[in-house]
Parts: sequence; structure tokens; C-alpha cells
Amino acid sequence: MQMTARRRGPAARISGFFHRHPWSKLTLLLLPGLLWLGVIYLGSLVSMLIYGFWSQEEFTGLIARDFTLGTYGKLLEPAHRDIIIRTFVMAAAVSVACAVLAFPLAYYMARYATSRMKTVLYLVVIMPLWSSYLVRALAWRQILTNEGIMNWGLERLGLEGVVRAILQTPIIGGPSVIQSYFALFIAFVYLWLPFMILPVEAALERVPRSYLEASSDLGARPWFTFRRIVLPLAKPGLIAGSIFTFSLTLGDFILPSIFGQSQLFLGQEVFQQVGVIGNTPLAAAFTLVAMIIMVGYLLVSRRTGAFETL
Amino acid sequence: MARWTGDRAGSGLRLAAFGVVVFLYFPLALIILYAFNTQSALFTFPPPGLTTRWFEVALSNPSLWAALRLSVTVATIATVIALVIGSLLAAAVYRTRFFGREAISFVVLLPIALPGIVTGIALRSSFAIAGVPFSTWTLAVAHATFCIVIVYNNVVARFRRMSPNITEASADLGATGWQTFRHVVLPNLATALLAGGILAFALSFDEVVVTTFTAGNQQTVPIWIFERLFRPRQRPVTNVAAILVIVLTFVPVLIAQLLTREERQTGS
Repeated sequence: MQMTARRRGPAARISGFFHRHPWSKLTLLLLPGLLWLGVIYLGSLVSMLIYGFWSQEEFTGLIARDFTLGTYGKLLEPAHRDIIIRTFVMAAAVSVACAVLAFPLAYYMARYATSRMKTVLYLVVIMPLWSSYLVRALAWRQILTNEGIMNWGLERLGLEGVVRAILQTPIIGGPSVIQSYFALFIAFVYLWLPFMILPVEAALERVPRSYLEASSDLGARPWFTFRRIVLPLAKPGLIAGSIFTFSLTLGDFILPSIFGQSQLFLGQEVFQQVGVIGNTPLAAAFTLVAMIIMVGYLLVSRRTGAFETL
Repeated sequence: MARWTGDRAGSGLRLAAFGVVVFLYFPLALIILYAFNTQSALFTFPPPGLTTRWFEVALSNPSLWAALRLSVTVATIATVIALVIGSLLAAAVYRTRFFGREAISFVVLLPIALPGIVTGIALRSSFAIAGVPFSTWTLAVAHATFCIVIVYNNVVARFRRMSPNITEASADLGATGWQTFRHVVLPNLATALLAGGILAFALSFDEVVVTTFTAGNQQTVPIWIFERLFRPRQRPVTNVAAILVIVLTFVPVLIAQLLTREERQTGS
């Protein structure tokens, strides 16, 4: 203490002040973040809410900054309601499919892989996430296009009939593979799958091996052990993963746009309202729907402890 | 059905796990293949011929270079902001308990947990209301907002792994708060900050949804690719740009992942 007391420079005096007044240090640490997230980010969310109360004038196309409930009311029009339902159903279907596909690899990583193998597989899963989302979306257009590799492969296997049957199925079908909901579904599942694998793997790592052994010793069949032990313990991971798969599908406009999807999805509608029509108030109203769905989901999932596996 | 108690995975499980890995990588392989396609408007498989011509076409395109410059500028500014704010928040949240602590970790997460259109439209609305014209700075502000969480998560994880004893030991040995920070805390955080910075940079570099709504007429590399997707000519050029993006981000991201490997292992 003597040493430091003898040569007290300004730095020492400042750190001494912070030591005696821990609250001032905390405030200083928090201030930039609170300003950024509190003013810029939350402030922007409020701006968006306000924008939804404005409207676009029909003839001039200008934004009228007068309070109206009309723009939010437009969400209830059948065409707009369909967009919201369509997007919601797609997001739910994609999340379920990601959960199913994620399980084998996540389980293998958590339970059987050696430590070295686990590191390798972790990198294998995470690297596609960091190699351009747009590129991976583009890849699927190149796979699913008529003259592309999927049809080429199916022809070699003599399975063209399967695709024709899918295209003729009402709802999931369409005039061509690339324009069907089915194509969007596959590509979405592909794009967001790593977001599901990682938290499910983290959750499964916490399942004690002894639980599985006990279950088996007590005569449970594998399926019973899976349903009653593994699945409930994996739940926080599945919820954490589904936050991303659901949220990302809900707001995406890139994939439906590059697939030429004519039945609009929510993100696409927002993109067109802003970019083509210039109706930012209606875009804001649509976006608020996506936000409310996700905030609700986040608040519910926070209670299940899903955030610890994020 | 896998046997839950065995030490070796059943062949069904191995096959399924391997299948998922193949599913994750074959589209990327295809992107690379089509960059060499001699066709300019179709994606016939197998490609009728291979050529390196598109690399010359892409690399001699000034708009791609302009887009690359903008992407790097935006990602650099966003990363610096995210590093400062993210690590300060992490330092505040770890170990100190205060009212609203949980709320902070929730709000930090929101920009990436909510759909990109939310952040995009929200910022677009507030820029419009505040009368701020779109520029490199509006993009940087937008990108920094969703990059903060990346740095924050990395630094919080490192703080958790760091023993509180080392700062106490440093103080007991007479170090001032600043000395402790400079010689004890910072060296321990260094790789977490580096990894967080790289990942924030990569996230910004790749982002397209928020960028679309906050960019005005400027083009980042992803926007450059996106706009070209609707032109029927010279399609392999977008694949070349795609490879460029992958090559530029792959190695740094791999390094970032390896730097934070220990957090993941102790975290489980």
C-alpha cells in the first residue's frame, strides 16, 4: 500500500475513486451500452410503432404523418392476413423439421464423439453459418432449378414421378419446384439447421449417462427412454434453437425473392412495401406483427431456461 | 433406433449424422463448381464446360471492388463500436448484481433474436423521423447494433472462466485498478476480444436484411450479389463473388472459433 501511496499518478487516483465508489464505475461501464441499446435500438422500435400509426396517401403516395388506426387495420384484410398465416405456418414447419434433422448429429456429438472429433464436428456445423447466408440461399436456387442437379439426380434414379407428385399436391406444390412452398421449406431448413444443432447438442451434453443407464436397467425400451428422459432434457436446447429457426424464417425476404415465390411471405411483403410501393407505414405494421410474435415467444421460452443453452 | 447405453453409436445414428454433414456441405461445393460454368444464364447439371473466365470478369468489375470497400469500411466501424460497447457491458454484467441486470442481457440479445426486418425497419423509421440521410454511417450504426451481442457473449464467457482470485491477488500485491486491468484482466480477455471482433466483422460483412433497409443507394458485397441475382446474364459472376466472400471470412472465423474453444468445453 505504501508503494502505491507514494507514487499516485492520475491513473491511480482514478482507479482509487472507482474502488471507493463502485456505483460510479458500474454507471460508466453501462452508459455507452444503455445509450446505444436504450436510445438507438429501443427508440427505433418505438419509431416503428409510430410509423404504423401513419399512412400512405392513396393518390400522391406520400406519407401522411397523422394518427390513424387504418394502417394496422389493413393487416386484417384477407390477403394480408393470409401472408401472416402463411409465414407463421412456414416458420413453425421449418422449426420442427430442423429439430428432427438436428437430433441425430447433435446426439452423436454429445454422446459418442471423442473430444477431438467433437471439436471437428463443432467446426463442421458452425462454418456454414459463417459462409455467407446469401451464397447458401443462392446454392439452393441452383440445385432446385429445372435443369439443375436435383432433377438430374432424380432422373438417374428414376424418381421424377416423386417430384411431379409433390408439385401436384395442393398447397405444397406449384407450377415448378423452385416456385413451390416445398422448395422454400427445404432451403429454409438447410439455412437454419446449424442454429438448431448447436443448442440441442449443448443441452444433450448435460444429460447424465447414468440416467440413460438407469432407465435401461429398469427395463425401459430405447424409444421410451428417448421420449421420457432424453427429449425432456433436450427441451431447453430445442427451444433455444427454435428461437432462431422461427425468427429467421419469419423475417426472411431473400429466399422467397430469389426463388420467385409469388405467394408473398411477410418479409417479402415488407420488402416490397418499402422498396417498390414506398408504403413504409404498412411495412412497419407488418414488421410489428413479426416482432410481437417473437417477443412473446422469447418471454415464454426464457422461463424454460432455454437462454442458458444459447 | 440407437442404443442409449452403449459406448458406440449404432450404425443408423452414424449414417444419419453423416447424412446431415453431407447435407450441410454439398450446396457449398455446388457454388464453387458453378463459378467455373461456361453457361452464362443456366445452371445445367452437369455443367457443359468449365472456364476461369468469370473470375476475370468479376475481378475487373469496379462495382464489385466498390462494394468490397464499403463492406470492409462498414464492418470495421461496426466492429470497433461493438467491441467497446459489448465488452463494457460484459464487464458491468459479470459479477456485479444490480437492478435491471437480466433486462440488459435480454435487450442485448434482441437485435439478433428478433427477425432482421425488425431491426431494419425500426432503424429505417427512426432515421426517417430524425431526418438522417442514408450513408455509410447509418449502415455502420445498424450493423453495430446486432454485432454488440457477439462481443458481449464472448467476453462474458471469458469472464466466467476467469478466476476472480487473480484480480484479488493482483490487488493484494499492491496493483492499482488500472494496473490490474492492464496487466491481468486485459491479457486474459485478449483472445476473447479478438474472436468477438472477428465474428462481429464476419457477421457485418455477410449481413443483407438489415443492410437492405438502411443502405440507400450504396451497395455492400451481399447487396451487390443480391441485386445481380435478378439479372439473367453472367450468372457465374455472382458465384465468383460468393467464393470471394467465403474465402475472405472462412480462415478468420476458423481462427476465432479455435480461440474460444476452451469456453465451450468448460461451458458444457
